[in-house]
Amino acid sequence: MSQVAAITTAVEPAESPLTPESWGKLGMWVFLAADAMSFGALLAGYGALRYGSTDWPLPSSVLGIGLTAFMTFLLISSSVTMVLALVAIQRGDLRGLRTFLSLTILGGLMFLGMQAYEWTHLIHRGLTLTGNPFGAALFGTTFFIITGFHGAHVTGGVIYLSCYLVRALLGRVTQANANAIEIAALYWHFVDLVWILVFTFVYLL
Amino acid sequence: MTPVHKQPNYIGVFWWLLALTIIEIAVIYLPIARLLIGILLVGLALSKASLVAMYFMHLKFEARTLGLIAMTPLVLCVLLVFALLPDVSATPHRTTKPSQVSTSPH
Repeated sequence: MSQVAAITTAVEPAESPLTPESWGKLGMWVFLAADAMSFGALLAGYGALRYGSTDWPLPSSVLGIGLTAFMTFLLISSSVTMVLALVAIQRGDLRGLRTFLSLTILGGLMFLGMQAYEWTHLIHRGLTLTGNPFGAALFGTTFFIITGFHGAHVTGGVIYLSCYLVRALLGRVTQANANAIEIAALYWHFVDLVWILVFTFVYLL
Repeated sequence: MTPVHKQPNYIGVFWWLLALTIIEIAVIYLPIARLLIGILLVGLALSKASLVAMYFMHLKFEARTLGLIAMTPLVLCVLLVFALLPDVSATPHRTTKPSQVSTSPH
């Protein structure tokens, strides 16, 4: 064994001070804090444009509240199934992990399908990135950018969770990997949390 | 691997989130001032976001410093809102009828 290899194996990696489970969990929290600032900047910009405008339409009169309320219900439900998937693998229940992870992914896919339907419907009614018949042109611009940015996060989350589902189906996820599932769950819950704010600020307010 | 903290009642949190969402939708139809509706909606949204962060993301059971990291974006975004306030009040704009846009010098 070389001198470098001997030193490398001799030194224990330092424990993460805030998340003793893993450095990865701390890394995910720092990433989510940074990502939250992206959404925060978009929502703050939305507020500045909206309240600086004199002809901004009332969102609830243009956008479908019923559909998006159901989409909110879907994301909240998928957060519950995600947390149940984590509880299952923490107990070593691989079957429970597969079931609840599948339901979470299904919830995410249904959300994306409904968002595609909503966008198509609104585009047919004349709401585009550059203009609309309801009032301020920036209403459409901000709507598509904010909901699109969130939709991209949901898409990323579905791909992220699908990778773990494939690993679980191949039997490569065990109780010892529960921390990796917890990190993925943090991302998924964040996507749910952001939607709660987007639903309020873009659709209801 | 088992969690070191007691499992929260996740289904109970789900029912709270659902109830708060229904209240939010009901609030927008209340015959009260828009400002009051806005305050209620922001309060309800922050309550729901807190429930997700505290129980689903287990922030309630994590180190306090991790909570501070999670709160940082909220503080910075509130500062950003205040930083943008002069723009909101100084430049009212209208995009449907460009001829009506104010031409007064700044």
